[in-house]
Amino acid sequence: MHFHNLVDQFWPSTVDGLTVGAIYALIALGYTLVYGVLKLINFAHSEIFMIGTFASLFLLHGLDIKGPQAGATLVGVLLLSLLAAMGASGIAAVLLERIAYRPLRRRGASRLAALISAIGASLFLQEFFALRYGRDLLPFPRVLKKSTLFTIGGGQVRNDKMVVFLAAIIMMVVLDRFVNGTRLGRGIRATAQDPETAVLMGVNIDRVVVATFALGGMMAGVAAMLYGLRFENTQYIAGFLPGIKAFTAAVLGGIGNIRGALLGGLVLGLLETYGASVLGSQWKDVFAFAILVVVLMFRPTGLLGEALSRARA
Amino acid sequence: MRGPLRHTTKAVAILGVAAILLAACSSSKKSNVSTGGSSATSAASGGGSKGTVKIGFFGALTGPNAQLGINEYNGTKLAVDQFNKKGGTQVDLVKYDSQGDPAQAPQLAQKAISDKVVAIVGPAFSGESKAADPIFEQAHIVNVTASATNPGLATNGWKYWHRVVGNDNAQGPSAADFISKKLAAKKVAVIDDNQEYSLGIANIVRQTLGSLVAFSDHIDPKAQDYSATVNGAKAANVDAIFYGGYYAEGGRLLKQLRDAGVTAPFVSDDGAEDNKLVSTAGAANAEGAYATCPCGDVTQSTTAGTFVQDYKADAGTDPAIYSAEAYDAASVILQAIGAGKTTGPDINTYLATIDFKGITKEIKFGDNGDIAASGIYIYKVTSGSFQVQGLVSQLIGS
Repeated sequence: MHFHNLVDQFWPSTVDGLTVGAIYALIALGYTLVYGVLKLINFAHSEIFMIGTFASLFLLHGLDIKGPQAGATLVGVLLLSLLAAMGASGIAAVLLERIAYRPLRRRGASRLAALISAIGASLFLQEFFALRYGRDLLPFPRVLKKSTLFTIGGGQVRNDKMVVFLAAIIMMVVLDRFVNGTRLGRGIRATAQDPETAVLMGVNIDRVVVATFALGGMMAGVAAMLYGLRFENTQYIAGFLPGIKAFTAAVLGGIGNIRGALLGGLVLGLLETYGASVLGSQWKDVFAFAILVVVLMFRPTGLLGEALSRARA
Repeated sequence: MRGPLRHTTKAVAILGVAAILLAACSSSKKSNVSTGGSSATSAASGGGSKGTVKIGFFGALTGPNAQLGINEYNGTKLAVDQFNKKGGTQVDLVKYDSQGDPAQAPQLAQKAISDKVVAIVGPAFSGESKAADPIFEQAHIVNVTASATNPGLATNGWKYWHRVVGNDNAQGPSAADFISKKLAAKKVAVIDDNQEYSLGIANIVRQTLGSLVAFSDHIDPKAQDYSATVNGAKAANVDAIFYGGYYAEGGRLLKQLRDAGVTAPFVSDDGAEDNKLVSTAGAANAEGAYATCPCGDVTQSTTAGTFVQDYKADAGTDPAIYSAEAYDAASVILQAIGAGKTTGPDINTYLATIDFKGITKEIKFGDNGDIAASGIYIYKVTSGSFQVQGLVSQLIGS
């Protein structure tokens, strides 16, 4: 137990914790939205994220990027990579809904059946990518030359970490505005609250469900591109660990709550990193999940509670 | 819910739970994982058609650290091909891809038994050795490893286990001495990934370095983010880093260390001595990194005969780490088969008294199946690939 590490390395840990937490938060959005609207835990969401990382990688290969870019090219490449990932993940999520969940919904199948379908879809996608692209790690070319922007305390704030954090915050704000400000967003909230009444009020449930999956998928796509930027590799199970962490983050913040997903993600990222510096990296996950258990014992609906379906004045 | 629907849901639920359990137990791995039905006590005898003997290669052929297994498989295959060309008893080489994962090793070992394999070259990694070798021992299947260097493997009283490389009781102290004497480091970070081999050698290094260890940590090989470890090493202001583990994770860690501005020399072990470490970390980041190995560079060897050319013709690439050792491991087994020994126990008896001039070293096994300690070499990444620098003992002038 090295408590002095917590103090000595507070700022570096905070910076790194917020960075990885931002990625968890973005993936958590997909889990939280789908659960809020359909009360379904989309286990295949981790593969949606993985598909986004592959799309980002293939775009970079397609553009023949071999080394760090600068200036306008850099911005262009990053944006294209982002769009590729968002597009691929969004489309994959919509297809997933259509193939794996909608037929069950039509038949009024139990939620358990949908859950099993989700697990099956997850395994299918993992194995498909493993057989098609191999099980080795696939490296990304370095697009952004890593350099320190400034330091807080002892913590280096590097440009890639800054990009990850800011992009996550921005996308979160955009999503929040969308869900609270637009008509489709209102439809999503209405369906989350009470699907039958929403239909009576003229909400097109099918469209809402597709939009929910698409939005969650696109957020996972953003996370995927940022993951590629930060860690510079991917593989067929790249979604597994981030997916579990993100689901934990969603539950921690309050499943069904968009702001909860952000809070949960950042809190989990910070807890992990602080835990690792105090207890040693091998206890990182034990520590983070132990905190989750404790939080849920005293606050079962998570830190911010289930807000998507709660009526707000 | 009405009657029939309730039963259907119940059935779905039970099937679903069973499916989840199956998925969790077997995980998403290749199709050659199967439960070999037969018990582990069948004495392995020459299987297949008359005049054919089956041997197996057991190791990581796919997965994050597969290059080590692939090198060894190629060396083994060359030996088998050359043996078969001589006529006489034919040998069938069967692949067992464990992905280096100790969790998959036992089932795969059972499959080898049901395939009636008489001898195994491998397992390549120490973790999977610990898991699979008891099964081979019970089934009287000879196993000769070319790369599992954990010293603990020799202390289990196994009669069918053999090793053709020096173990970590030699490699660990050599690495530590290189760091403290040649690199003259005063504060060392020792990091490993908690696996059997990695923890073993890292702990030996920690013990040898004693108070020079300024920072110690264990990373998760499945995780991507090593920032806590990097921050710790940076805060401790270390002037050398030892990493116990394999090249995939070592490369990632090295990249993150360099990106964070840690410039201390990076020293690793034989599991990391592969040029894939350079491509994972990035050529600029990996330049100057060291790795120890109880293996010499066979391309510079004077005792290897035509091995390098033959390997290139057979496998299409240059030999790499442990190719030659695997060739030697296969050669001793093949020599036994050539002398008419076609069952596991017979081959094992033959190996007990063998004294064979292999291309890497003289192969003679002690009572515990281990080989006499060989020299430890140090490799350095120069211009993007690992180049042998020499024996550690010569470099530190002791």
